[in-house]
Amino acid sequence: MANYTENELAKDLENQEYKFGFTTNIESDKAPKGLNEDIIRFISAKKNEPEWLLEFRLNAFRIWKEMTEPEWAHVQYEKPDFQDITYYAAPKQTKKYESWDDVDPEMKETMTKLGISLEEQKRLTGVAVDFVMDSVSVATSFKAKLKELGIVFCSFSEAVQEYPDLVREHMGTVVPTTDNFYAALNSAVFTDGSFCYIPKGVKCPMELSTYFRINEAGTGQFERTLVIADEGAYVSYLEGCTAPQRDENQLHAAVVELIAKDNAEIKYSTVQNWFPGDKEGKGGVFNFVTKRGICGTNSKISWTQVETGSAVTWKYPSCILKGDNSVGEFYSVAVTNNFQQADTGTKMIHLGKNTKSTIISKGISAGKSQNSYRGLVQIHKNADNARNFSQCDSLLMTDTCGAHTFPYIECKNPTAKIEHEATTSKIGEDQIFYCLQRGISEEKAISLIVNGYCKEVLNQLPMEFAVEAQKLLTISLEGSVG
Amino acid sequence: MIKIENLHANIDGKEILKGLNLEVNAGEVHAIMGPNGAGKSTLASILAGKEDYEVTAGSVTFEGKNLLELETDERAKEGLFLAFQYPVEIPGVSNINFLRTALNEKREYHGQEPISAKEFMEMVREKSKLVELDPKLASRSVNEGFSGGEKKRNEIFQMAMLEPKLSILDETDSGLDIDALRIVAGGVNALKSKDNATIVITHYQRLLDYIVPDFVHVLFDGKIVKSGPKELALELEEKGYDWIKAEFA
Amino acid sequence: MSFTKNLSISPFVSAELAEKAKSALEATPWPTTRMEHWKYTRVAKLQKLNFADHTGTLANKEQYIIDPDYPTVFFVNGHFIASESDLNTLDNAISVKVLSEEKIKIDQSSLTIDDELFNALNTAYLTDGIEVNVSKKSTGGKLQIIHVLSGDTAISNFKTIINIEDFAEFDVIQGFFSEQGAVNCFANVSTEIKAGINSTVTINKFQYEDEACFHINTEVVEQEKDSHFTINTITLNGGLVRNNLKIDVNGENATTNLYGAYVLKGKQHVDNHTVVDHKVANCYSNELYKGVMDENSTAVFNGKVFVRPDAQKINAFQSNGNVLLSGDATINSKPELEIYADDVKCSHGSTTGQLDDDAIFYLEARGISKPKAMALLVSAFVGEAFDKIENEHVQGFIHQKLHERFNWQF
Ligand SMILES: Nc1ncnc2c1ncn2[C@@H]1O[C@H](COP(=O)(O)OP(=O)(O)OP(=O)(O)O)[C@@H](O)[C@H]1O
Ligand SMILES: [Mg+2]
Repeated sequence: MANYTENELAKDLENQEYKFGFTTNIESDKAPKGLNEDIIRFISAKKNEPEWLLEFRLNAFRIWKEMTEPEWAHVQYEKPDFQDITYYAAPKQTKKYESWDDVDPEMKETMTKLGISLEEQKRLTGVAVDFVMDSVSVATSFKAKLKELGIVFCSFSEAVQEYPDLVREHMGTVVPTTDNFYAALNSAVFTDGSFCYIPKGVKCPMELSTYFRINEAGTGQFERTLVIADEGAYVSYLEGCTAPQRDENQLHAAVVELIAKDNAEIKYSTVQNWFPGDKEGKGGVFNFVTKRGICGTNSKISWTQVETGSAVTWKYPSCILKGDNSVGEFYSVAVTNNFQQADTGTKMIHLGKNTKSTIISKGISAGKSQNSYRGLVQIHKNADNARNFSQCDSLLMTDTCGAHTFPYIECKNPTAKIEHEATTSKIGEDQIFYCLQRGISEEKAISLIVNGYCKEVLNQLPMEFAVEAQKLLTISLEGSVG
Repeated sequence: MIKIENLHANIDGKEILKGLNLEVNAGEVHAIMGPNGAGKSTLASILAGKEDYEVTAGSVTFEGKNLLELETDERAKEGLFLAFQYPVEIPGVSNINFLRTALNEKREYHGQEPISAKEFMEMVREKSKLVELDPKLASRSVNEGFSGGEKKRNEIFQMAMLEPKLSILDETDSGLDIDALRIVAGGVNALKSKDNATIVITHYQRLLDYIVPDFVHVLFDGKIVKSGPKELALELEEKGYDWIKAEFA
Repeated sequence: MSFTKNLSISPFVSAELAEKAKSALEATPWPTTRMEHWKYTRVAKLQKLNFADHTGTLANKEQYIIDPDYPTVFFVNGHFIASESDLNTLDNAISVKVLSEEKIKIDQSSLTIDDELFNALNTAYLTDGIEVNVSKKSTGGKLQIIHVLSGDTAISNFKTIINIEDFAEFDVIQGFFSEQGAVNCFANVSTEIKAGINSTVTINKFQYEDEACFHINTEVVEQEKDSHFTINTITLNGGLVRNNLKIDVNGENATTNLYGAYVLKGKQHVDNHTVVDHKVANCYSNELYKGVMDENSTAVFNGKVFVRPDAQKINAFQSNGNVLLSGDATINSKPELEIYADDVKCSHGSTTGQLDDDAIFYLEARGISKPKAMALLVSAFVGEAFDKIENEHVQGFIHQKLHERFNWQF
C-alpha cells in the first residue's frame, strides 16, 4: 500500500474530474431550472447511474409530488419555489474567486480568528490555488492507511460506481424515501455526498472527515451521506468545518443515514456554519436535513452537533434503537443570532430491550433570533427497561430573541424510565460581574460563560474540532449581548 | 491608595450610602464593621463597579485615577480586588482557565506578555499552598459544588494569583470554622506588603485577631460614624451596636 | 353535520352569538390525530353518535356531594334540578343566576370558538349555564356545582361564567359524575373565569363519570394584577376526558397554580392540555401534574408556558410525573416552553417510570402484601398532587373514591 504515491493521487483526482465528465462545455452541463422526470433522468444519465438508482429517484419524485412542505416547525420563511431551482450543474471548473483579494474581508477575518492557516483559508474559500502540499501529503498517507484496513471512504457517486451492491443494499433503509418532504426531494435529486464503509471488526484509527476529501471542495445542495459500520466496527466521522461557508444555493436538503450493525459504534460530529444571512436577516441558507441512524444489538450511535450557521435550520439527528442493549446519544449546541431561526433536536426511538438514550441540548439565542428544541422520546411496547435522560437548556442573551422547548415523550412500556428536564434563563449577570471584577472583559466573560455552559457537548467533539468550535461560539455571539 | 469622599449612592431610588468618607494608604489594613443592612456590601460593590447602584454624589480616587469613571474590569486590572461575600458558580469554566484568562487580560492591559503555561502552573501550585486549597479544586469549575469554606479559600487563592493593590474582603470570615479562618487569614497576611492595602469587612472581632487592622471603622446608616484603633472592634463586640444606633440614629 | 342533527340552537345565547358559533362549528374540521392539538387523542367516535338533549332526575344526590358545607347546585345532563339545589345558604356577596331560571341570554363569551369545535358546539347548543358574581372585597365565598350525566347519548353543553371582583375570595368545587347505566353520554362543558385585582380564586375540579361517558372541559381564566388563581384537576374515572386549561395572566404580580392528578384503569383516556400565557412581567406560575396508568389506559399531558415579549422576571415551573402499572398502558407527555423575554427563570421536567422495586421489597419485608405495598407507593406518588388541595372534604372524598374504584386505602 505504501506505493500509493502522490502521482497516483493526482491521477485519482483527474479521474474524479473525468468521472463527472464535464471537461468540455460547462454551460451545456447545466440542467434547465425546474423539476420533472426528465430532469431526474438527465441527472442520473450524467452520473452514469445504474437503472435501479434511476428508479429509486423517479419513485422518490413521484412520492414527493404528493407531499406538502411541513409547517409544524417553529420557523417562518418564504417557501422556496421548487421549480426555480437548478437541480443539476456540473461541478464548477471556474474558481469562485479570481484572487485572494476578492474574498470578503469579513470572512477572512473570521477565519483568522478561528486560527485557520492562510493556505487553508484559500482552499476553503475556493480560491484557485495549487493544492496545498500539506493537505495532499496528509491525504495520501490517509488514503493508504484506510485502504489497508479495507475501509471505504469516498464520494457517493464513486461508491455507486465502485460498490453498487453495498449502496443498493443500505441506501434508503434508515431514511425511507417516504419519510418526509425534504428527504423525498433529496432522494429524487441528490447529486453527491459521502459514502463510508467500515468492515467487520475494524476500528477506524482516525477521524474520517469530509474536510480531508480535498477533491470535493464545496458541498452540494442535495447531499447524501451513507455510513455503514459493519459488525464490531468503529468509526468517528466529522462533517463540515468551522470556517464560514458561503454558498449561492439557498436551499440545502441533505440526507444522512447511519447504520451501526451489531456491536458497532458510530460517532458522528457536525459543525455547521453555513451563511446565516446578514445582520438585517437578508439571505442565508435554509438547512433542512434528515439525519438518522439505526442500531443493531449492543451498538451505539452518537450524534454531536454544533450549529451556528444557516438562516433557517430544520434538523433532528435521530437514533432508532432497534437492537437490544443499543445506545443512542445526542449532544447539541445550537446558537442563533440576528434573524436566524433554528428548530432542532432529536428523536430516540426505543424498540429493543435495555436500550438507552441520552439527550443533552444547549440552545443559545441572541439578537432577534428564534431557537427551538424539538425532541421525541418514544418507548415502544417491547422495549423493556429502556432508559432516557434528556436535559435541554436555553440561554437567552437579549430581550428580543426567543427560546422554545417542545419535547414529545411517548411511552408504552411500564419498565421504562424517562427523565426530561429543561431550563430557560438569562445569561447570569452575577457571573458576568464576577468575571469583570477579576479583570476579564465583558466579551471574554461571555465567551467563557457560554463555553462553560456548552462544555458537556463540546467535550464530545474530537480535540481539534472542539477548540475550533469554542472559538466559533465566541465569534457567533460577538456583539450579541443586550 | 484610595480616597472616598462624601459618597452618596442609591439603589432602585433608595439611598443606601449617605456621605461616606474613607481614606486608605498603602501598607494599611482597615476593618469595616457595622450592623446588618448598614451598607457594607453596597460600598464594596460600588467600589468594584456594580451597575445596579447609582452614585449621586461624591468621589473616589484610586491610585490617582477617578475610580468611578473606570469600567469594572478596568478597576480590576488597575489592582482592585473584591473577595465576594457570596462567590458565584460558573458551571463548565475551570478555575484554571478562568484565572489564566484573568491574569493574561491584566498583563495585556499593562503591556506585558501572556504568562507561559509552565510559569502559570508553578504559580498555581505555589499560591494554592498558601491557602491550603486542594489542587483538585483548581481544575474544577469555578466555585461549582464548592463548600462554603472552599469558596472563601478560593477567593483568597484568586487574590494571591492576581496580586492586587487593594483587596476588599467582604465577610470572608463568615461561615469558616476556626482552622479555615486561620488559613484564610494566614493567606491574607502573607500577601500583605508595604505596597498594598486591605479593607476587611466583618461582623466578628475574631477575624481581627488574625488580620490585625490599623484602623477600625463603624459603618452605620450609610456613613462611617466612628473610627478608632483595633480596640474599637473589641468594644463593638462587647457592647453590640445599640449604643452606636442610639448615638447616631 | 349529522352529529348535531338532534340538537337545536340554544335559547340561552343571543341569536348573533349562536349564529357565530354555528358557523364556526360548520367551518371547523373534525379533530384528527394529524392536528398537533389532538395528536394523542382520538375523538372520531363522538362524531358517530347522535347526541341529544335529555332531561333527567337525581335518585340519590347525597353520593355526589363532595363538601357538605358548600351551597350546592345540581344539573342533570346540563339541566337545572331546582328541587335538589340549595342557594339559600349563599352569602349575600355572591349572586348565582341559572340562565334557564332567570331567562338570561348570553351575548358574549371569552371562549375561542374559531377552530375550536367543541367550544363552538358548547356555545351554539348551550343546554344551560350559570353566571356567578362575587362582589368586591368579599371573603369566604364558596359554591359547589355538581353535574350528573344520565341515560343514553345525552349531551350537556354547559357554561359556567364566574366573575370575581377586585379583592374578593372565592372557592368553587366542580364535580362531574354519571348515574348508574349512563352510556355514551357527553359532558361538553366550559368555564370562564375573570379574577379581579388582588382576588384569590380556587377551583377543585373532580371528574368521575363512567367509563362509558365522554367529557370535554374547557376553562379560560383571565387574571388581573396581584391575583391568585389555583386549580386542582382530579380525574379518577371517565372513558374519554379532555381538559383544556387556558390561563391568561394579564396583570403583574399574579400567581397561578395548576395542579392535577389522574389515576386511570380500564380503557380510560385522559388528556390534560394546559396553557399559561404570561403576557406581563413579574409573575409566578407553578404546575404539577401526576398520574398513574393501569390496564389499557392512556394519559396525555401537554403543558405549555408562554412568556411574551417584555414579560420579564417571570418564574414559571412545570412538572409532570407518571407511573405505568401495566404493559398495555400509555403515557404521552409534552411539556413545552415558548419564551420571548430574557430575564426569566423557567423550567420544566417530565418523568416516567415504574414503582421502585426496592421500596416494594422493603414494604413486603415489613409484612405488607405486594398489592397493598404498590397501592401505598402509588398513592404516595400521586399524593404529592393531592396534597396541594387545601379543602379536607375534597381530600377525603378523593380518598373515598380511590378506595371504591381502586381499592386503595390511605
Ligand atoms: N436591590 C436592592 N433594592 C433595594 N434595597 C437594597 C437592594 N440591595 C440592597 N439593598 C438594601 O441596602 C441596604 C444595605 O445592604 P448591604 O448589603 O450593603 O448591607 P450590609 O451592611 O452588607 O449587611 P450585611 O451585614 O447583612 O451583609 C440594605 O438595607 C439592603 O436591604
Ligand atoms: Mg454584606
